[in-house]
Amino acid sequence: MKQKKLVNYSKYGYIFAIPFILAFAIFTLYPVCYTLLIGFTNHEGAVPPKLAFLKDPLENFKYLFQKRPSGQMSYFLLGLITTARIWVINFIPQLGLALLLSAWFTDNRVKVKGQGFYKVVFYLPNMITAATCAILFRALFSYPIGPVNDILKTLHLVKEPFFFLNKKTPTRAIVEFIQCWQWYGSTMITLIAAVIGINPEIFEAAEIDGANRIQKFWKITIPCIRPVMLFTLVTSLIGGLSMFDIPMLLAQGGPDNATQTVAIYIYNQSFRKPYKYNRSAAASIILFIIIVTCSAILFYLMRDKEAAKLEKMKKAEMKRNRLQARGA
Amino acid sequence: MATNTTALASSKTKDSVVFKTAIYIVCSILAILAIAPFLVMLINSTRSTAQIMAHAVSFIPGKELWNNVKLLRTKKTFNALLGMKNSFIISASVTVLTVYFSSLTAYAIYAYDWKLKKAFFSLVMGIMMLPGTVTMIGFYRACYQFHLVNNRLMLILPSIAAPMTVFFMRQYLEGALSMEIVESARIDGAGEFRTFNTIVLPIMKPAMATQAIFAFVGSWNNYFLPMILLNKKESYTMPIMVALLNGDIYKTEFGCIYLGLSMTALPLIIVYLLLSKYIISGVALGSVKG
Repeated sequence: MKQKKLVNYSKYGYIFAIPFILAFAIFTLYPVCYTLLIGFTNHEGAVPPKLAFLKDPLENFKYLFQKRPSGQMSYFLLGLITTARIWVINFIPQLGLALLLSAWFTDNRVKVKGQGFYKVVFYLPNMITAATCAILFRALFSYPIGPVNDILKTLHLVKEPFFFLNKKTPTRAIVEFIQCWQWYGSTMITLIAAVIGINPEIFEAAEIDGANRIQKFWKITIPCIRPVMLFTLVTSLIGGLSMFDIPMLLAQGGPDNATQTVAIYIYNQSFRKPYKYNRSAAASIILFIIIVTCSAILFYLMRDKEAAKLEKMKKAEMKRNRLQARGA
Repeated sequence: MATNTTALASSKTKDSVVFKTAIYIVCSILAILAIAPFLVMLINSTRSTAQIMAHAVSFIPGKELWNNVKLLRTKKTFNALLGMKNSFIISASVTVLTVYFSSLTAYAIYAYDWKLKKAFFSLVMGIMMLPGTVTMIGFYRACYQFHLVNNRLMLILPSIAAPMTVFFMRQYLEGALSMEIVESARIDGAGEFRTFNTIVLPIMKPAMATQAIFAFVGSWNNYFLPMILLNKKESYTMPIMVALLNGDIYKTEFGCIYLGLSMTALPLIIVYLLLSKYIISGVALGSVKG
């Protein structure tokens, strides 16, 4: 066009971003602010009274941390500990398994056959609705007759059927297992992509220097995929701290609150009598603060080390790796 | 990967045979662990409750599938077809909105220089850290006040702002779209919006396909928000239907429970097997996380 150079296109950047910004403002920003507001108010009961700030605005927050009349830890704190525990115990084997498998599948000396098949199979549980998985495992571990008890009896490992979902530690272990079982495939595939992305010359140089498999793994693979591991860690943490479907449908947060995560606590507070919306809003806010703090700490810790260790690598490549890893 | 594999491999044959065997054993165990629960589920859905009570694990399918179907229908709470229909309406709409608007947003970030671009991109990254649990109370209470509870649109419209997808789309644009194409369209006199729809979108097709799969599956599997928002039976989605199997009326009907579970899992398994290539490569790009 005649005036080609005079046309300023930058306004289209704003125009095209409008739908996103509007949807974000209406469906995320507004609810977040509203949650924040509710946390300080008297918004509770089946028919909540007119919204008003409490005399002591922090009352809901204080309640969350107050000891129960029996002198035990508050349910909210207990929920936090339970959530953290379930997440940690699921994440360590998940990452360990994913690392091991990704090292095996990318080993250039031992080419594992059927990799495509294994990847598809390991990722399968992740595709199935978490709700379905939870109820399936409930059925598998059912008492007195269920597939797991059946197998244990046939193998003569137990004499009497074992009531898994009636005991605290086994139920928690099942939740941890499902979580790990659903996610290690995904983590593995992400890590494999990251390992393949490492410059093969680095490995070749190490081989020439006589490095063995284990040395290569610890000295090259791990440092190089650190950004990807950080990504996995942060996303898993965010998902793990808001875990709901599996503990809820497997055991309704029981037995004896053994699997009551913070998300279940938040849900129960607002959707069971006496409908404490304000209290659960306060709990949401604290959960959010915890998530942001943990993510920030993780980013800080991992980034610092990585910067020190990978100084010599080109900055551009680092950036590309990291972005690729986080990828949408 | 290295090219001198064969030469190196032959030198350490014995070591690598042991190593390889270990790998295959571990992988096989993991594969069995991944498949077995679903296999038990599928087989038990064809067996009667009495048969399951006698032996909960069987490798031979029973002949009671039709009886289980009839039994499941008489109970009337669990309705797989209705659940699928509802889930499909929501998931399909979510997919279209997510893919289209994320592409548009990503294009806005990639193709134009605007003052707040960097701030906006940081915002997109920041939203990723917000799990649904955190905003849920405010969202639900706001819906309640505006009489929007039970309104499917409340589950569909938020997908216009999908930060993960925007991020992925922007990555893709950086590699796939050169601004020269856009410039030439401008010279031909095409408007910016038209350029996006007719030139940029077709280039983004591969990325859109991958993201569509994840958007659809993510929405299909979502339990938390629909469960809170939808309280009319007619609008229950599939995961809510599944949760009904936990109810008392099914307590002793194992055949029914397994059948119900199979009905919810089987469509996903089939779709997954058909599209596994795209899904796995999509995960490799780091495109999903629940």
